[in-house]
Amino acid sequence: MSALLQQPGYEEERLQTVAEQLPCREVQAGMLLSLMGQPHQYSYPSIFIYGHRSSGKSHVMHVLLKELELPHATVSCVECVSVALLFEQVLLSFFGCDAASLLPRSPSLSDFVRIYRQRCSQSPAKQTRYIVMEKAELLRDTDANLLPALLRLQELVEDNVTIILLTDIVWDKFRPNTGCFEPLLLHFPDYSKGELQQILSQDRHPSYSAELYSAYINILLGVFYSVCRDLRELRHLAALNFSKFCEPLTEGKVKETDTHKLWRNIEPHLKKAMQTVYLREVSSLQWEQMQQMEKKENGALRGLSAHTHVELPYYSKFLLIAAYLASFNPARTDKRFFVKHHGKIRKTNFLKKNEKTSNHLLGPKPFPLDRLLAIFYSVVDSRVAPTASIFSQISSLVTLQLLTQVSHGDQLDAPKYKCAVSMDFICAISRTVNFEIVKYLYDFL
Amino acid sequence: MSTSSVSKGCFVFKPSAKKKKTLSLEDHFIHGCEGTENSEMRFKLCQDLWDTIKTDTEVLQDELNRNILDSLLDFTRKCSSTRQHSDWASQMRASEIPTAALVLGVNVPDHDMTFQGLSELLQQSVTPHVASVQAKECGALKHLMKRVLERLMGAVVTVDDEEEEEEVEQTSAQLHNSVHCSLSTLCDWYNTKSKKSYTGTPGKKRSSPVKDDPQQPPLVIIFKDLEAFNPRVLQDFILICSRYIERLPLMFIFGIATSPSTIQHMLPHSVSSLLCIELFQSLSCTQHLATVIDKFILTTHFPFKLNGKVMQVMISIFLYHDFSVRNFIKGVQLALLEHFHSQPLSVLCCKNKEALLNVMQLGHQDLERIRQLPSFKRYIEKQEPQEQVNLSTDDAHIKEVCQRLIKDLHKYHKNYYPILRCLHTLTSSLPRYPLGKQIRELHLICLEKNVWENEEYQSAMRLLKMLAKDELITLLQKCVEILQLAKSKNMTSALVQLEDVLAKFKQLDVVAAEPPPSVEDCITSPVKNLQKKTDLFQLQKALLEMNESRRSKKLSPFEILRNEAIEFIDGLVKSHLSPPESQTLNEVCYYTSSATVRRHLNATPRTSIQTALNSPYYYLQNDRLKTEDGTVSNAAPDICIVYKLHLECGRLINLFDWLEAYATVVSAAEGNNPDFDNFGKVDDVKHARFIRAVSELEFLGFIKSTRQKTDHVARITWGGC
Repeated sequence: MSALLQQPGYEEERLQTVAEQLPCREVQAGMLLSLMGQPHQYSYPSIFIYGHRSSGKSHVMHVLLKELELPHATVSCVECVSVALLFEQVLLSFFGCDAASLLPRSPSLSDFVRIYRQRCSQSPAKQTRYIVMEKAELLRDTDANLLPALLRLQELVEDNVTIILLTDIVWDKFRPNTGCFEPLLLHFPDYSKGELQQILSQDRHPSYSAELYSAYINILLGVFYSVCRDLRELRHLAALNFSKFCEPLTEGKVKETDTHKLWRNIEPHLKKAMQTVYLREVSSLQWEQMQQMEKKENGALRGLSAHTHVELPYYSKFLLIAAYLASFNPARTDKRFFVKHHGKIRKTNFLKKNEKTSNHLLGPKPFPLDRLLAIFYSVVDSRVAPTASIFSQISSLVTLQLLTQVSHGDQLDAPKYKCAVSMDFICAISRTVNFEIVKYLYDFL
Repeated sequence: MSTSSVSKGCFVFKPSAKKKKTLSLEDHFIHGCEGTENSEMRFKLCQDLWDTIKTDTEVLQDELNRNILDSLLDFTRKCSSTRQHSDWASQMRASEIPTAALVLGVNVPDHDMTFQGLSELLQQSVTPHVASVQAKECGALKHLMKRVLERLMGAVVTVDDEEEEEEVEQTSAQLHNSVHCSLSTLCDWYNTKSKKSYTGTPGKKRSSPVKDDPQQPPLVIIFKDLEAFNPRVLQDFILICSRYIERLPLMFIFGIATSPSTIQHMLPHSVSSLLCIELFQSLSCTQHLATVIDKFILTTHFPFKLNGKVMQVMISIFLYHDFSVRNFIKGVQLALLEHFHSQPLSVLCCKNKEALLNVMQLGHQDLERIRQLPSFKRYIEKQEPQEQVNLSTDDAHIKEVCQRLIKDLHKYHKNYYPILRCLHTLTSSLPRYPLGKQIRELHLICLEKNVWENEEYQSAMRLLKMLAKDELITLLQKCVEILQLAKSKNMTSALVQLEDVLAKFKQLDVVAAEPPPSVEDCITSPVKNLQKKTDLFQLQKALLEMNESRRSKKLSPFEILRNEAIEFIDGLVKSHLSPPESQTLNEVCYYTSSATVRRHLNATPRTSIQTALNSPYYYLQNDRLKTEDGTVSNAAPDICIVYKLHLECGRLINLFDWLEAYATVVSAAEGNNPDFDNFGKVDDVKHARFIRAVSELEFLGFIKSTRQKTDHVARITWGGC
């Protein structure tokens, strides 16, 4: 296995440990190593590594750079709320905090390059320096010149430096309009089921045999592989459910070899886990407590999405109902619903062409405040004075994200809103105030 | 002003602080107050009452939140302790950020108090590091980061575009020189902090070598209003935090107003899988209001009372508009202030003994006021003629009578509340809730009029007479418990009687062992007859007979006793639950102006604009503006005239016609002779005034410019002529 990783210029032992830490990623690691070349050689200016979440991109880079003791700076782009942070972190890890403190208050790219060159001339690189940027897709949102400049940083600073970009998405989505230096692309494919099995089996419980744990992982993958291939999640789930798996063993009912019985015991439990703890309906702490409790009582723990009931003040409910009607009925039909002697309007010849499709399929439409209030006053059963608190309820519905303001917040004149609640939600609300909303919806005529 | 300077020059004299006399609260209160002679005393009474209400609400709030806060605290402790486990499972587990989702309900104004209490409690008992952030101060990730760091580290952070901080520690001077808002800064800070506390208390470590809990207090970040946060910002923040969770014991608390599923709406699975979310549900706001009413309204501790209409206004604001208990209490405060400010006799609105003393100190004017009170007038009318004369002339005598009446009023309250509670316990479990589910509804009914004349009351009594034995006994038992708490004489005697009844019920059990009287015989005989007859008419007759006999049949001892008990309760209600308006001197304690409360708490901006434009006299109080209904004096402000004229137009208004009409009206106001040539001519000044008035109307949203016709504006409102 370790034979795969061979590169002159690095110690054999180190390569061995690297290989041990990177199961199922030997090919990619080997490729990377050959790209990097020997430590003192110049490397390719920029390498672009992409692959799905937890396909080992960061892990491989981290292990390689750390075990081979190469000078490197690892930066997560999420964390860099400003480019200053990015520059600072790079300078800090290459040249120490003196260099970082040289940066002016809001540094530009040229400041960074200047300081880098200055420092670099004082301590020239004996080995290739690496800058690893995680979540590189966020670089697209920063200044337009940042990404192209980073890609050819080697030229700019005249130093043996290589940028490695790690991301989930493909290079095509990165390429700026103006064109840029093309980095080397390297794809990390997803782990296959067998590979997942192999990796997960490595972290076995110290007090149980490797075979047992491997059998457990096999069962786990059987349930979860179809929905989740995220190594991190799978490892988390394995840890959460292992104690339940071992329950019959500790009670002495089953022997370790009797996998079928163990499977029968754990399978329904895992299925339940898939619906609850995997979706974070139930927290992992609660899940663990539940496992301990289960023997005593089968207390059904309600997940997060089970609590959908929202209590609202009486008029807020009607405002929400009015907003829903305004969002899902065409404005021309208001007369038919809310004027007493409207006459008969046949649905068929009343329709415009684009209204024939269900409004519920098209989603909510924006409506002006006036229309909302007009519908509100005709829907609510008692006479309501147009008080300030009615208006403030509208804005509090917006902050609760039950309505969304479509027009810009600065526009005081005739603001527009959209209703952001689901059909089920509004039905539940209107039931509490004895309002039959379906009768007023154009789609359900 | 003089200076000690020898040279000539300009000197700036800042006004000395002494001269700028700031009015104290008391001055504000006394200013414009009805009946100034005892206003100071009233101010003191008012303030004392408000202070007690305020402190009591805080205590109440703490108590109500205790449960949820305790479980939250447990959660934080548990989280910070499990972090330090080193067994296999917790090592393998992905390290999630412990997160408490705190569902607080939609009454957002109340949340502040809860969070205040929460962060104080956390700081006291779990960790000194608590930061709470609001959505409106965190528009971008940078700002959120800055706020969090500021609040955790105690303001030693800078963002690039702001001043760098001065406070620099010697050991890390170079580092601090260019501190940025990043969590790694926080990390360093936290490490030095915990190291310091470690070296500061070396004994602690030695004494508890296994558990080093206190060394690692978690960093708690409270998101006060989760819904309002920008999802993007929140996601990024969580991603960043999860990178540091190994080094920093972070913890989140999400304040949620709607439902916990918002978390799933805001965060994708890749982010929410970084959290370990546990749900905490707080008390619903209606329950909260119920306890507040129970504590402040339905009690004799506070002499200040609200009458039915005011209560109705405040409760409907709560139920229909905001669900906010804090606003409800603010409403009570407003009523309290208004009462003491506007009612000179409120000096008697205090504890029994004080009130009696205050009665003796009343001046002649106050006594006259008492004589004018409607309730007191009614009282006088009922007296003997001699007494009537005495009351209206003899000041000393009226004082004595007042003392007695005040005492009576206090007694009335002492009896009212226990009986109200008893009636509520009896009726609140009846089907269809004839007298309301909540005690506040019953209270409102009782405040309005005699509750026993109410139809719902009658039906409730009928239902009570059909209760099963064990139900009735448990209810009566509860009533006994309520009466035990009451201390007045009437209540103790009622208690004794009620206990008597209960004892009789229990005796029935013993008696019931004996064979029941031969009621069955009389019932069985018609049934036998039934079987014989086949004729329809006969059958009907027989059935009617059966019905009759059943109705008139002899009541069982239990039924007799039950009726007796209900009659007894009915008697109590009739003697004690009469509405406060029937009590003499009720004006002293009851605040009645519901219109004022409504105007202050539930403002109607549109109506007030309309009033101002229609009848400027209402606000300006200038006699020249006084007019008949529906017309505007031509001396009114320009905007009123323009408004009035525009009401006469259709949807589109011709600006020139409008201007002409305006000029005519204004010329008349200037007293020009209509026969003059230049009467109604538009000059520059009038033109300018008109334009200003029109643009004011546009600003207020009555008209807008339109492209349909040139020189026209469109009306946005309808109505008028």
